[in-house]
Formats: sequence, C-alpha cells, structure tokens
Amino acid sequence: MSEVSALERPEEKRDEVESAVVRFAGDSGDGMQLTGTQFTLTAALAGNDLATFPDFPAEIRAPAGTTFGVSAFQINFGARRIMTSGDSLDVLVVMNPAALITNLSDVKPGGIVIADSGAFTSRNLTKAGYESNPLETGEGLEKYRLIQIDMSRLTVESVKEFGLSNKEALRSKNMWALGLVYWMYGRPRKASVDWLNAKFSKQPEIAAANIAALNAGHAFGETAEMPAEIGGYSIPAAEIEPGLYRTVTGTESVALGLLAGTQLANVGLTFCSYPITPASALLHQLAAMKEFGVVTFQAEDEIAAVCAALGASYGGSLGITSSSGPGIALKMEAIGLAIATELPLVIVNSQRAGPSTGMPTKTEQSDLYQAVFGRNADAPMPVISVSSSTDGFDVAIEAVRLATKFMTPVMLLTDGYLANASEPWRIPDISEYDSFKTNFTTDPKNFEPFSRHPETLSRPWVKPGTPELAHRIGGIERSDGSGHISYSPENHQKMTDLRAQKIDNIANYIPEQEIEQGEANDDLVVVGWGSTFGPISRAVSNLRIEGLGVAQIHLRYIWPLPKNLEELLSNFGKILVPEMNNGQLVTLLRSQFLLPAKGFNKVNGKPFLIKELEEAIRSELDK
Amino acid sequence: MNIQKSPDKLTARDYATDQEVRWCPGCGDYAILKAVQRTLAELQADPDQTVFVSGIGCAARFPYYMETYGFHTIHGRSPAIATGVKLANPDLNVWVVGGDGDMLSIGGNHTMHALRRNVDLNILLFNNEIYGLTKGQYSPTSQTGTRSPSTPYGSVDLPVSAAQFALGAGGKFIARSADILQKHLPVVLKRAYENHGTSFVEIMQNCIVYNDAVFSHFTEKSVAADMQVHVEHGKPLIFGSDLDKGLRLKKDALELEIVTIGKNGVSETDILNHDEKNRPLAMLLASMIPPEFPIALGVLYSDPSPTYDKAVHDQVESVKTKNGPGNFNKLLRRGHTWEV
Repeated sequence: MSEVSALERPEEKRDEVESAVVRFAGDSGDGMQLTGTQFTLTAALAGNDLATFPDFPAEIRAPAGTTFGVSAFQINFGARRIMTSGDSLDVLVVMNPAALITNLSDVKPGGIVIADSGAFTSRNLTKAGYESNPLETGEGLEKYRLIQIDMSRLTVESVKEFGLSNKEALRSKNMWALGLVYWMYGRPRKASVDWLNAKFSKQPEIAAANIAALNAGHAFGETAEMPAEIGGYSIPAAEIEPGLYRTVTGTESVALGLLAGTQLANVGLTFCSYPITPASALLHQLAAMKEFGVVTFQAEDEIAAVCAALGASYGGSLGITSSSGPGIALKMEAIGLAIATELPLVIVNSQRAGPSTGMPTKTEQSDLYQAVFGRNADAPMPVISVSSSTDGFDVAIEAVRLATKFMTPVMLLTDGYLANASEPWRIPDISEYDSFKTNFTTDPKNFEPFSRHPETLSRPWVKPGTPELAHRIGGIERSDGSGHISYSPENHQKMTDLRAQKIDNIANYIPEQEIEQGEANDDLVVVGWGSTFGPISRAVSNLRIEGLGVAQIHLRYIWPLPKNLEELLSNFGKILVPEMNNGQLVTLLRSQFLLPAKGFNKVNGKPFLIKELEEAIRSELDK
Repeated sequence: MNIQKSPDKLTARDYATDQEVRWCPGCGDYAILKAVQRTLAELQADPDQTVFVSGIGCAARFPYYMETYGFHTIHGRSPAIATGVKLANPDLNVWVVGGDGDMLSIGGNHTMHALRRNVDLNILLFNNEIYGLTKGQYSPTSQTGTRSPSTPYGSVDLPVSAAQFALGAGGKFIARSADILQKHLPVVLKRAYENHGTSFVEIMQNCIVYNDAVFSHFTEKSVAADMQVHVEHGKPLIFGSDLDKGLRLKKDALELEIVTIGKNGVSETDILNHDEKNRPLAMLLASMIPPEFPIALGVLYSDPSPTYDKAVHDQVESVKTKNGPGNFNKLLRRGHTWEV
C-alpha cells in the first residue's frame, strides 16, 4: 500500500476562487469517467457543492484517437450553491489531440488547457484532423493558457518499479492527470488512494502503480514544475445544510425512490426491463437490491418487459418497467391495457435525443408528447418528471403513490443527463416519510371488479389467489361495476368519461404549484420541467440580482397539471418555456390554458447553458 | 358474481362462468373448453388459485368462460404477461391460452422465451391453421397454397410446426392432442398440469367457418387409426386399425420409417419404444406429417427441469440469507458518505 505524500502547498499561497469548472477529456479507453468520478468524490468530501456532466460516446470501444471516441467528464464545484455542470471551462485536461479539437471551444478565454504532449503524435494528430501540431504552432490556442506536459512519459517513469508493460503503464496516466489537478485545487488524495486500493485489492501491483502515478502528478505540481503564472487555487467549502451526504446520480435516486415507494406502499417490487441506453443502469441498480425482496426480470424485448410488469401488478406486486424513448414507444399498447384494466404500473422513461435511434447517449426532453398523448384512443395517465439528480428519489416515491392509490399506470420522465449526472445528496431518513399502505380487496361481500372508490374513483386491487374473488378482466370494454364485456354505447361513453375523470381528479391529490423564485406578478415567468431546472434557476437568480422582474416556475406534475397553475400563469406579463425539445410543454400549456406562452428550444444533445437562457429572457424582456 | 360452489366436490360445471359462450356453432373451441373444465374437476384444482391468461383471437376469449381468475390481454403477449404473474406469485396455477396467430406469429418471440426459461405455465396453443377472428386470413401454420382473403392465389410461404418450434426453443414438456379427442385431451392436459415448468400443448382445433376439415385427413373416423399414433412413454410406437403398423429407425439413417408387423420379418420387438425424455426422438415424432406418416399425439417430450420463477425467488431468498434482510437506511448510506 502506498502512502500519500504529506506535502501540500500551504493554503495562503493559493488564490481563493468561488467555483471552478473542470473537464477531463480523452479517449474512451483513457478512463476519463473514473477520473471525473474520483474528482467529484474528493470535491464533495471537501464540502463543495457540485454538479457533474459525464459525456461519452455511444460506441463501447470507438477506434482509439478518433474525435467520435472522445469521452469527457465535467464537474462544476464551488463554495456556493451549484445549479449546473457549468457553461464554460476554467480548466480543460486533454489526453490526446481528438479531445483538444472537440472540447477547446468550451474553454473560457484565459482558461487553462492542460495537454498530454506525449499523445500528440503525428498519427493521433491526423486522426483528429490536425495538419500540424497545435501544441507546437500554438494555432487556435492563443486565447488560452496552455500547459503541455508529456504525461505519457512521466506516467511510465513513475510506475517503472512495478514492471508493467508500456501499455499497462500508460493506463495509469489518467491518475497522473488527476494528481496534477488535485494539486491545482489543493485537494487531498486519500479518498482516491483508498478507492484504488479497494478496487484493485486483488491486483496490488496495479493499485500501487495507479497510486504512484497519482502521487507523481501531484508532485509535479508541488515541486514547482508548473509554469509560474499557474499557481494553486483553493475553493472553500460551500454553505450546505448540515447532515450526512453522499453523491447520487438520477438513476440511483430513482432506483432508491422506487424501492422506498414500494416499501411505503407495502407492496412487492417486480422490475421488468430490457437493456437500452441510457436506461439500463436502473435495471443494474435494482438487480443488486435483492435482499429487499426486489424481483428483477430482464425480458426478451421492451414489450415483454412492460407486459411482465403488468402481469406482476395483476398478480399483486407493483410492476415497474423502464426504457428510453424508442423502447417506450414499443410499450404503449400494453400501457393502454393497463389504463383499460385499471392496474397500477410505473414506467420510467430516461429520455434521449431522437427520433428513432437518434443520439442514444445524448440528452433531450422530447418525450412529453409521447408520455401525455402517445397512445391509441382516449387513454389518459399521470405523467411526472424529475428535475435534478437528487429529485428522482421523491418523484419515484410519488409515482408509486399515484399508481397504487389511483390504480393507474404512471409515467416518470427523467433524461439522459440526469441519469448519469451526480450531485451531493443529503441522505433522507425514510422513517420521516408518510406511508401509503396498499389495501388489497379481500372481502367477497358485494364485490365487483369495477366498483369505484367514491373519491379517488379507483377500482379494487385483488390478488389472484384470494378466496371467492375470482373474476375476469381484459382489454375489451367492460361494464362499469360488474366488469363484464360490454359493447353498449352508453357504457363506453361512461367508461371513457370515468377514465378521464379519474386522472383529472388526481389534481386534487397533488400539491399546488409554487413559484420557485420571484413574485406572482413579475414581468416574465420562466416555466420549465425536468433537467432544465439547474440552468433556469441560475439564469433567473442572476437576472433577479440585476433587478429584472423574472420569476421561475418548475413543474413536477405534467399530467394532470396542478390545479392552480392556470391562475398563477395568467398573472405574469410574459411566459417563456425553455425546453430541450421543439416546443412540447409550451404547446400543452397553450392548449390547456389559452395563454400566450412562448417557447425557447434547443436540441443539440446538451443541457442549456445559463448564458443562453439569460440571453433568451433578456431578449423577451427587451433588456 | 361467483357461482355457488358445491361444498364437497367440484364438478366440471363449477369451472364454467355464467357468461354466454360466443364461439361459432360447431367450433372446436367448445370441445376444448369442456375438456379443460373436466380436467380441472378431475384434478379438483382450486379455482381461486387458478389463472387463465390469454392474448387476442377466438381462442383468447377462453378466460371469460372459466370460473377462475382470468386476464384477457393483448395480441401475442400472453406468455409475457403470464411470466409476470408467476414472478409476482409463483404459487398460482397459470394457464395460457391462444391460437396459432397469437402465439406463433405476433407473439412467437414471447412463446419462445417462456419455453426456454421454463416458466411454470401451461400453454395451450389452439392450432386451426387460420386467422379466425379477423375473418379467415392464412396463418403461420397454414399449409403452403392455402387460399384465403389475403392469399387469393394461395399462400407461398412455408408453415411453422408448433411442436418442432417448441422443442427447438428448449421446451421441456411438449404434447399434442386434438379438439375431438375427448378421451385423449384430458389425459394430456392432466400431464401438462402436473408438469412443473412450461407445459406446451398443441391442440389441433377445427375452425368450422374459415378452415373446416383442415385436419380431417387424420381426424376422420375412417382414417384416424391409420393416421394417428398415440405415443406413451415406454410403450412401442404402434398404430393402425389392426395395430399392425409401427415406427422404427431406418437402418443407417436418422429417420423414422413405417413398418408392418408380421411382414418382411418385422416383429413387435423391432418397433421403437417411446421415450419421452429423448429429445431427438421427440423431434422425429414432431416432424411426422400426414399422410406420409401418422401424426404423433400425446406427450412427445417431457424432461422436467427447474422452473424460472422458482429460480428467481430462490435467488432472492439466498441473497436475503447471505446479506441479511435489507435495511433501507443502511442502503441509503452505502458507499462514500460525509458529514457537513
């Protein structure tokens, strides 16, 4: 086991900054995601608030050195509340020319670019599309502070004693880079050393080599081998609500929330899914929770996944399925059956850029129409959305509550950005949540499968196997009450109305919409939903500091909409709806409320930048 | 809405609902319904622990007529939905009913995966070689040349053999019977019920409206004895009105041939004995097509093995035992945490 060097640069020599945005970019095989995750953990342990943005290619092993094989991990960390992963970069670390050419434009003017000059070979330069070596010519790098270091060579030297091949030795160069950036921000290496020792406990020489590289990168900064104008920085801890924290991705929070929800509902959890990017990680998470009795089923296809989930709900457990846009499209017929038979079901949709295969690893929020409207016939169901990586926990609990209380499928919308992005999470205490215990019907007296609760309009949930309650349900229209097959015109009208009423009525069982920031009669309100919460919040707060009358409303409930929303919105002078789609919520709001809401839309596979939103709001206000 | 059950012993009628049965007069489905109800009565199956799941098609109306739990679902998906039912509650007796279009065309994929997983389901495939409910189009089991509204000049594609498909998918219990075989069918259904795992039963069923008499070349009384071989484990594969025909392996070839006992020196000892655990033999029997060969009816293959639903729950239990029952607050604190 290697020791951490005790030498740290004295804090007083460091420039204190409020926040910083760092991006590690390299080849898919360079371990950039691990590097970023380690940096995130260390920033969290140092008490910073933070947000991350992992951005990786769809190809598992894209050809080395190509621009489409570049994998990047960005983190914004600071001494203040961090709302986004950052508009532009203070520091860009690039492990090869392809990473430089694809990421350089995101660096702030005057920002630092650290490049592994050892990887700028003529072969790699050609693959990236460079005709000459920009590190030598300085071409295109004029605006930035360039630090070129032969990290490849230094890494190989630092791990010499472990007798690794050159190829194996080079695998540690991400840790060398991490060590250097740790030095830049005065960060301890202990957490990463512990992690390396644990990860490679069965290959101690690999652990030792990685730790040696980490230490060597750190020592490189420490021993003043860095250019004089680039000293160290320090970022104090943020003011954060006291408590016990961990980092969590949107996938993890949704997984934990689904389990928490089923525990609060006192029902079993049967999770049925089919692998698809970026939703698969939810299956992985839940498959590892078997000690809670969680049943996971990797089905043969998307349709089988939703059908098995629905079968499980029919069987008396809560069936949950998960996918991304194209997979959700395949599930829709079965979701219609869930609506018709009024069985609970939760569908998690990790939205991605589309249509069709689109850009599977890139984010978008373009499935709102599909969620609210995308079924044959009049088939309403509740739709709720996750607005941050931590929010997934409460939203998933809410999905379970609505599904079981109202005997309906519920669609939970998250997206590719939230699925992978992490942020610190104050760990909740599950005992502080209200339980919503499910009441299975067991009394045969006057039992009818389609009788209705007088207030919620939901029908009884009966577990097959319950004595004397044997009955039949199905997709053919059924009589209200008895559930017998019925083609009666009056009955179909009645059942269609009831199905719609039941969902509309949910508006009485969800919180009223609150204003996130601003006053109820501000000049303009920005209405968002989903993962745009972070950048919208920061943009609105920045403009409010400037004195603009801008308010923010962020929706969790997409369908039904909160019952006070129309009134709230009608008090604002203007309504701006930024979305990572071509204008879906804005259409919904306009059609529901006949209000002149305007869209601000972007679909480039990346989250909104704060400055883009600020510009859009200003231009709407002519300021 | 429940029909009063007789206090001591359930009869076939106790498994019938009060709903009017709406198949065409003369449909083979009536006979199958009766056979299933008789079989359940014979087994004294608990109606409250029994679930019928179906997809879409004429056959898929089946659950509405069974006084048990029932779920009439969507086209082709019944094996997937039934798999979910078993995942939620492995103690239920789950029957899956569908036609050749439902289970071999739109739902072929789910049928295949239920079979290879060996989910504890009794799958009854009513094969009438036609689409009935949509008014007579040819189906994936229709013989080449079938004339139908969608193939007015005759179909040109080759049919799938249900039993061969099921064997190929790794099914552990494959049986075959016919709607009109009211003595044979309940015996097969009973075997299917008793088998743990996917019990796949192909039931040749006559569609009186769109494909009448499609199986008459082996079901008609005059030809039945010569065109059907009823297989029984351990017994010789003998058939024919005089019980003088038998099946044996061709010399130097992996093929069956029909021989006559008492001719060319053939005696009963030369006839193959049925071995229901022998998969290659099951494949040979499943591939026999009349009139060149008799159709093989009965349990073609039965080699019980662990069921998927039990394995899933056993794994959950073993993880619980190994890790201890889950503690949610502990799960939330798994991994790196820090105090602010």
